[in-house]
Amino acid sequence: MQVKSLFSQIWQSDPRHYQILIQSCLLVYGLFWLDFEIELLGVLTIISTALLTQFFCLRFFKVPRFDFRSPLASALSLCLLLRTNILLLMSLTAAITILSKFIFRWKNKHIFNPSCFGLVAMMLLTGQVWVSPGQWGSVAYFCFLLACLGGLVINRAARSDVTLAFMFFYTAILFGRALWLGDPLTIPLHQLENGALLLFTFFMISDPKTTPDSRAGRILFAFMIACGAGFVYFWLYRTNGVFWSLAFFALFVPLIDWLLPSERYQWSKINLGVLNNGVNEK
Amino acid sequence: MTYRISILIAVLFSAPIAHSFCGFYVAKAGAKLFNKASQVVIARHDDKTVMTMANDFKGDPKEFAVVIPVPTFINEGQIHIGDKKIIDHLDAYTAPRLVEYFDENPCHRLMEDSIRFFASPRYEMEKARRKESHGVTVEAEYTIGEYDIVILSATESQGLEFWLKENGYSIPNGAARVLGSYIKQKMRFFVAKVNLKEQSKLGYNYLRPISVAYESSKFMLPIRLGTVNAQGAQELFIYALTQRGRVETTNYRTIKLPTGMDLPVYIKNEFGKFYRALFDQQAERMKTVFLEYAWNMNWCDPCAAAPLSVKELRELGVFWISENNRQAKEVFVTRLHLRYTADKFPEDLVFQETGDSSNFQGRYVLRHPWTGTDNCSAAREYRRNLKKRQEEEAERLASLTGWDINQIRDQMGITWVNIEEKTWWQRIWGQ
Repeated sequence: MQVKSLFSQIWQSDPRHYQILIQSCLLVYGLFWLDFEIELLGVLTIISTALLTQFFCLRFFKVPRFDFRSPLASALSLCLLLRTNILLLMSLTAAITILSKFIFRWKNKHIFNPSCFGLVAMMLLTGQVWVSPGQWGSVAYFCFLLACLGGLVINRAARSDVTLAFMFFYTAILFGRALWLGDPLTIPLHQLENGALLLFTFFMISDPKTTPDSRAGRILFAFMIACGAGFVYFWLYRTNGVFWSLAFFALFVPLIDWLLPSERYQWSKINLGVLNNGVNEK
Repeated sequence: MTYRISILIAVLFSAPIAHSFCGFYVAKAGAKLFNKASQVVIARHDDKTVMTMANDFKGDPKEFAVVIPVPTFINEGQIHIGDKKIIDHLDAYTAPRLVEYFDENPCHRLMEDSIRFFASPRYEMEKARRKESHGVTVEAEYTIGEYDIVILSATESQGLEFWLKENGYSIPNGAARVLGSYIKQKMRFFVAKVNLKEQSKLGYNYLRPISVAYESSKFMLPIRLGTVNAQGAQELFIYALTQRGRVETTNYRTIKLPTGMDLPVYIKNEFGKFYRALFDQQAERMKTVFLEYAWNMNWCDPCAAAPLSVKELRELGVFWISENNRQAKEVFVTRLHLRYTADKFPEDLVFQETGDSSNFQGRYVLRHPWTGTDNCSAAREYRRNLKKRQEEEAERLASLTGWDINQIRDQMGITWVNIEEKTWWQRIWGQ
C-alpha cells in the first residue's frame, strides 16, 4: 500500500517522471526491435552531453540546485528524433539544446522548447542532421499512443490543454484537407499514425516552460502551430513541419503572454518552497 | 570468428574503386524476377528532379498508356526518351547479391585466414498549343521518340476522365476521385501513348523508358493511380540518385532488407526464388518500404555489376556532375523496393534525402563445407560444428522465406538425427 502511494506520489509530483519513463521504454524498444538508426554510444553521448552542459551552465549562472530531469527529458527526445552519422554532431546538438534554455530567455522563461530548438538549429546549420519521422511502425505507435493518453490521466497535467487543442486543430486540418480533396479518410488517418508527431504532441508542445501562461493563449498557440505545420507540409512540401512551426511560433509566446497574461507555471508543487528565483527553474 | 575478422580486414583495405571483393560473387537477383514491376529512377538535387519511368509492359503497344501526375508544366525539352539498358545496368548494380566461400581443411589452417581477392567478372563498365474541353486544357502535345505525349491541366475530375476516355485511354472506374485530388493539388497530367508509326520507324520492339525533368520542392512519387484498378499488389523499385546520402520515405517506414547471413549452399541455383520468397515474406508483414541498396556510386564490394559511368548517370538525369568529370563522382544511389496496395499504402510516397552516406547492400553468403577425410582433432571439431551450422542455416532460411524446414533439410541432405546432438543419456541407452 505504501509502495503504491509512493509511486503515485512520484508520478504526480512532477510530470517529467512519467515522460522520462515512457521515452526510455520507447528508446529501448526502438534500439533493439525497431532498428532505430542510433547506436547505444550515440544515446550515451547525447545524454551525457546534455547533463554535463546543464551542470556547467548552472555553475556559470550560479544556480545552486542541479535537477537532472529537464536535461534528461530533452536528451531522450533527441535520442528518439535526432539522426546523424557523426557523433560530434550528436554531442553538439545536445549542447545547443541545453544552452538554448539559458541563452534565449524572456522574463525568466526560456523561449524555445530545447529539443525542438536543437533539432531545428542543427538541421538549418548542417546538412548532416535529419529527423526520420516515418520509422516507428504500427505497434510502437499504438503502444506509445496508449502510454501518452495514459499520461494525460495520470498526471492530470496542467498543460494537457495545449496538447488536446493541438490534436484537435491538426486533426481538423488533415481531415479537412482530405475531405476537400475528396481523398479517402485512410489518408489523414495514415498521416496521424506517426511516432514523431505523437512525441511532439505529448512531450514537446506541452512543455509548460515554453507555452503561454494563460489557457486562451495556449489554445491560440496550438492553433498557430497546427496551421504552421500544415503550411510546411502542404504548401512548402517539406518534412518535419511540426518542428519548424513550433520553433517559429515560439517567438510569439512573449507577445501572447503580454496580450493574455496569467500566472507562471512551476514544475513541482512540492518544490515550490525552494524556488525563489526564476533562474533555477531551468 | 576468424571468418568475420578477415572480412572486416578485407573491407578496411579494399580500395575505393574496387574490383576486389570478399568471396566469390555468384549471383544477383534483379527486378526482372517480379511480375508487373515498375522501375522509377529519381535523380534529385536542389529541388531539381529527373524522373525516369520504365515498366515491363509486354502487351500490344497499342494498349499502352500512362497517366502520371506531375507538379509543373512540362516543356518538350524537359522530356527525354532513355535507354532501357542503363536502367537494367542500375538494377544489376544495386541488386541483392550472393557470394560464396569455401571452408578450408581445418587440419592445415594457416596462421591467417586468406580472403580471396580477384578481379570482378567481365562487366562493361514550344510552343504550347492550348485546347480546352470538359474543363480540360491540353497544355501541350509532343511526339518524342515512339511516344505521343500530352500535358494536361484540368479543373474537374469528371471532365478529365471523360477527355481521357474520349481520346482512347482506358481509365479504370474509381480513377476520377484520385484524379480530382491531384487536380485540386494543382498538378498537371503527363499522358503518353505509343505512336505505332514512329515505333516501327525507330525499330524498337520494346518500350523505352521516359524521363521527365522538372523543378519543384515536391519530392514524392504518385502511386495512388496505380492502386485504382488494383489487380493485386503492384511491385515498385525506386532508384534514387542524390548527391549526399540515402533517401528514405517520410510517410512510411523504410527498413533494411535482412542481409549478411549465411544460407544453405543449394540456394546458389535458386537465388532468384530465394529473393522473391524473402521479399514476399517480409512485405506481407507490414506496410513498409525496403531498403535494398545504399552505396556511393564510385565503387561496390562485391560488385553485382560495375558502377554506372558518368555518361550513363547523366543520361539518367544526374545533372550535377559534368560530362568531363574525372574525379570521384558525387553520386549516392538508394534502391527502395515496395509492394503496394491501396490499403497498405493509401498515400503517395514522400521522400527525404538524409545525410546518411553509409553503405548498405543485400548480400547473402554461401559457405561450402570442407569435405576432406582427414581425421585430426580439429577436423572432428569442425565436423561437429558443421552440423550445427547447417541446421542454423536451414532454420534461418525457413524463417526468412517461410519455406518448410523439413524440405530445406532434405535439399541440404541433412537429417534430423545428425542435426541434433544426442544428449548424454540418449547416448548411453542408445535412444
